[in-house]
Amino acid sequence: MTVMVLSGNSAQAHAVRLARVQVVSAYPITPQTSIVEKIADLVATGALKAEYVQVESEHSALQVVVSASGMGARTYTATSSHGLLLMHELVHWASGARDPIVMGVVNRAVGPPWNIGADHTDSMSQRDTGWIQFYAESNQEVIDTVLMAFRLAEHPDVRLPVMVMEDAFYLSHTLEPVDVPDQAVVDGFLPPREAHATLHPGTSARLGSFTGPDRYVDFRFEVAKAMERVPATLRLVEEEYKKATGRSHGGAVPTYRVDDADAVLITMGTSTTTARTVVDDLRAQGKKVGLAKLRLFRPFPNEEIRALGAMVDRIGVADRSYTFGPMGAAGTEVSAALYPSSHHPAVTGFYAGIGGRDVTPHVVRRMYESLLSGAVPEVHWEDIEEEVSVDG
Amino acid sequence: MAKLTLPAQELMFSGHSACPGCGAALAMRLLLKGLGPRTVVSVPACCWTVIATPYPTTALGVAMMDNPIEATGASISGIRAALDAMGEKDVTVVGFAGDGGTADIGIQALSGMLERRTNALYVMYDNEAYMNTGVQRSGETPLGAWTTTTPVEGHEHGKIEAKKDMMAIVLAHHPVYAATLNPSFPEDFERKVEKAKAMSGPRFFDIFAPCSTGWRFDAQKTIAIGRLATDTGVFPLYEVENGRYHVTRKVGSLKPVEEYLHAQGRFRHLTPANIAAVGAQVRDGWEKLLTFESESLVAPTPSAAPTAPPATRA
Ligand SMILES: Cc1ncc(C[n+]2csc(CCOP(=O)(O)OP(=O)(O)O)c2C)c(N)n1
Ligand SMILES: [Mg+2]
Repeated sequence: MTVMVLSGNSAQAHAVRLARVQVVSAYPITPQTSIVEKIADLVATGALKAEYVQVESEHSALQVVVSASGMGARTYTATSSHGLLLMHELVHWASGARDPIVMGVVNRAVGPPWNIGADHTDSMSQRDTGWIQFYAESNQEVIDTVLMAFRLAEHPDVRLPVMVMEDAFYLSHTLEPVDVPDQAVVDGFLPPREAHATLHPGTSARLGSFTGPDRYVDFRFEVAKAMERVPATLRLVEEEYKKATGRSHGGAVPTYRVDDADAVLITMGTSTTTARTVVDDLRAQGKKVGLAKLRLFRPFPNEEIRALGAMVDRIGVADRSYTFGPMGAAGTEVSAALYPSSHHPAVTGFYAGIGGRDVTPHVVRRMYESLLSGAVPEVHWEDIEEEVSVDG
Repeated sequence: MAKLTLPAQELMFSGHSACPGCGAALAMRLLLKGLGPRTVVSVPACCWTVIATPYPTTALGVAMMDNPIEATGASISGIRAALDAMGEKDVTVVGFAGDGGTADIGIQALSGMLERRTNALYVMYDNEAYMNTGVQRSGETPLGAWTTTTPVEGHEHGKIEAKKDMMAIVLAHHPVYAATLNPSFPEDFERKVEKAKAMSGPRFFDIFAPCSTGWRFDAQKTIAIGRLATDTGVFPLYEVENGRYHVTRKVGSLKPVEEYLHAQGRFRHLTPANIAAVGAQVRDGWEKLLTFESESLVAPTPSAAPTAPPATRA
């Protein structure tokens, strides 16, 4: 193991190197660019022996890896924001085709107005496409999750594509010390891809095809079943990863000081780190608050959320995107997951950190205070002090 | 008449679901005869999605991958990259797309594939409209033709714009080989397939694919209409290799374009003046092609692209 000082984007690239990815294709977009630049270097120096296909759009980038994956190759791509939105058709295609692609997504706001700050709207808009979705909190978690993602995606019980999200700039361009596992360790954890239902030259076979209503639903049902097997498979993969490297990241919903808590805040990505310090401060003041990190968003960790809901009366969910639903995307999912339970905690949806705005300790403290006071509306925009007219 | 000398192997099965007289079915059959079993074909949404028959059957004796309509160029780059990464050699990678999926919605991915010099053969089978969705106009629909979106009703008289010159667009990317093929001339067809198969680098075929359903002609006339297309100069047969043009079927004197137009319901409404305009455009294209051929013998890079005919109301 080597400690390197890496940005989140370099961590993605090193994971791609260690995973011995065979085909990479990508198109540049801020703040993802340094991933594709770093991979280009790794390929140029021979540190990564991969075909790197330079394409004219993200749509083509994802098609290149979809087709390469269909032929049996291990593949990777990365994008952000508008790039991910342009890919949308192929995002659905990849999961329907059961291609175990891993994609790095640097979460960035969607225009207009143009904005390159951290915001989860891009990946949230792909939440119903059949991809497994992870949100990372640190660069260590980025490298580890990308490596686990390949194992999970290619696992015979799963065979689905995976997105590994990192917040723009807070991770993508921020340097942190990262334990980079040795190649031999990764080789032991992640064997070469075992091709299943891939296309072979010289055979009469069709990958993709078309069906009527008589069969289509069977394909969807297979995808649904594979998704349902993800939580158990993830536990297995994390155990194996822990055996290999000594590290794990606590499963789908790692929690912090939730025992005996009156209120728990659920966060995603980097705002979790800030929230953890706020929890410590408030606990020091005798306030019973806790924190849960939604690390896995798809499949949605119903079980973990229900277990949490059974312990606490007030839950706040901080969404870093606005999705026009009854609450934010995560808030809505948390509420829906809790609904069938016998114990119903009050759920409040918060919007915080939209478009790269800092989620400061002050903002997090306010969320906890309103949760504890009990006098909160169903949804609340943090950091909007007054009605602002942008019409001039 | 001399016996045809076509490869005996059949890699397209009977039981496919093409319409009777489908030129696109003939195009695939002849193509695979020449390319052989170690071929991977990527097919976007188009008539061929359906012709290949639904899951779990296939009408092809080779490996086929489906891809979204606009992404064929990228798909064949991905297939080739995977084969290279996995050390699979001696495989011909083919994109087999309709005119709409090539010249309109897929032109970006095609351009990307040609520019990054993917080692693959891109085939546009040209039935001159979006046939799978029910005969809507495409950029390849010719001047004057009726389609469901270029109606002949009220003040409309079919398509008012000229056909997009895909060969010129492709040639601007300097592929190693580009050719026009017509199933009505199977020996010329197979010679070009053999030639392309032996090369590596980006290659392009524009294959003429009459559609009895969309063009409104009797299904048994496909071959005859194909012959007329070439012999009237509407669809000349040529190839371009390293910038050198070669007309592969020399037509001494072109047949009158009426013979081609009158054979199809989609041109039924054309007036004598419209037909004269089409004829002038066809002759102009033919003469330019002959000029390219003679000039490129001396200077291999085409000096000028063929100019588009004026967008007159036919
Ligand atoms: C993104 C997208 N838009 C539209 C369609 C609908 N569509 C399916 S086939 C087709 C026509 C294709 O025309 P062409 O490429 O000429 O092939 P043909 O049907 O004539 O064989 C269209 C528009 C689609 N599948 N995907
Ligand atoms: Mg067509």
